[in-house]
Amino acid sequence: MQVRRPAMGMLARVGSPVLRFCSDVGEVSGLLGETLKWAVRPPWEGRELLRQMLRLGVQSVPVVFVTATFTGAVMTLQTYQGFQRFGATSFVGTLVALSVMRELAPVLTALMVTGRSGSAIAAEIGTMQVTEQVEALEAMATEPVQYLFVPRVLAGVTMMPLLVLVADALAILGGRVVAVNLLGANPDDYDQSTWRVLEVNDLTSGLIKAAVFGFLFTLVACARGYQARGGAEGVGRTTTNAVVSGSICIIVSDFFLSRMMF
Amino acid sequence: MDAPADGGRVLLEARGLRRAFGARTVLDGIDLRLHQGESLVLLGPSGGGKTLLLKHLIGLRRPDAGKVFVDGHDFWAAHRPEQHRLRRRFGLAFQDGALFDSMNVFDNVAFPLRRARYGDERKVKGRVEECLELMHLGHAARRLPAELSTGMRRRVGFARAIALQPDILLFDEPTAGLDPVMVTVVDELVLDLRRRLRTTTVMTTHDLSSARAVASRVVLLFRGQVVADAPADRFFDLPHPAVRQFVEGSLHGPLLEPGGTEVKA
Repeated sequence: MQVRRPAMGMLARVGSPVLRFCSDVGEVSGLLGETLKWAVRPPWEGRELLRQMLRLGVQSVPVVFVTATFTGAVMTLQTYQGFQRFGATSFVGTLVALSVMRELAPVLTALMVTGRSGSAIAAEIGTMQVTEQVEALEAMATEPVQYLFVPRVLAGVTMMPLLVLVADALAILGGRVVAVNLLGANPDDYDQSTWRVLEVNDLTSGLIKAAVFGFLFTLVACARGYQARGGAEGVGRTTTNAVVSGSICIIVSDFFLSRMMF
Repeated sequence: MDAPADGGRVLLEARGLRRAFGARTVLDGIDLRLHQGESLVLLGPSGGGKTLLLKHLIGLRRPDAGKVFVDGHDFWAAHRPEQHRLRRRFGLAFQDGALFDSMNVFDNVAFPLRRARYGDERKVKGRVEECLELMHLGHAARRLPAELSTGMRRRVGFARAIALQPDILLFDEPTAGLDPVMVTVVDELVLDLRRRLRTTTVMTTHDLSSARAVASRVVLLFRGQVVADAPADRFFDLPHPAVRQFVEGSLHGPLLEPGGTEVKA
């Protein structure tokens, strides 16, 4: 008979999630390698790529529109009143433009699109997995990673910078509307404050971040969907997991990207 | 029924297939040889690993031990492109159809044709329409899988499986849940494919009348092993207790004894 030892029980309790985490990281890394490998090999899934670009990019524009416009507006509202206390309102435009381009637009857009498209990707691939559609692909001599992952990840990498470009413009515009129309700032002064210190790097660094975020959240969503087991409940869990781990990847990688680029 | 094509070319062979999930062994050393033109029916209790065996036979699942040979090629020793080439020789009709629900019926059936570069779109269209007509589904080409009944979904799955005219066709429980007329349609399809194209077929089923109608050879899978393997004309008279119980649907016999496997493939 096995003797139960409390110390072993505790070790097992701590150890098993750690082991699970490690095997999870290993599995996702394996899928990352497969994705990169199949991305550069024919056949190219052009039609599927276009479909995914439409779903992830074009159909996300309304969400990005609302998020970006209001973020710019709120930023201006908050900083304008704060800066008024020490007469520095002429810097509001600069602050809004810099923080939007470098940080807020890429991160907020990525988080919103993760919630919208990351969950959809995980749910779709997860459903395909639990209803044997992924096996059907394999049975018809089609690599699931190539057919399912590659177009989605490529769509993420290409569409996210475009969405962030839209978000940059809308947030700056939203901020301007609030500053000029609501708070009575001089439009010329505000515009000058927005553009005077901006550098190309401020824009490109945000776009690079966007591409990396797009890569990360689509890969995580695909991998989570692919790992789905156990019917509708499993797909539900998978979808939640995809959004949570995708968002965490974005926030954590944002720090390292910022550290590297600035 | 015809006798098994003994002496014919061996198209598919499983040697010592073993697969376990934790402590539960589901496939316990399966040896099976399938000759060209044979129509093999795999019988066995529900949850006994028939579907799992089917998936191992076409290389969708990797066994813990043992080998699968497709026309003499060791499937798991082959490189990926070679595995894909071997897989194109199979058509698998899944139990629930496994249709891509983002595509309509036409695109589902066209999928393997387009992947295999069957020809231009006109040729693909012709072949898809032919397959759909064969399954009496000509009217449903533009419908989505979600709009179809279970039986119709399964028939679309058959149409997709036969589209590329594979050498080996595998059907997973093809007649479960179909009305008697459609059962006959499926049986006739299997017989016709065998007669006209010498297609080799493997079918898992519980349906004894369907098994009698199409099988040239019948195998009973029980507790992860092949317990009986005989030509169809002799199988149903075998004295093996598991065969007797299965054929007679009796409550007494080894099939209901504890220790039977129960697994989801």
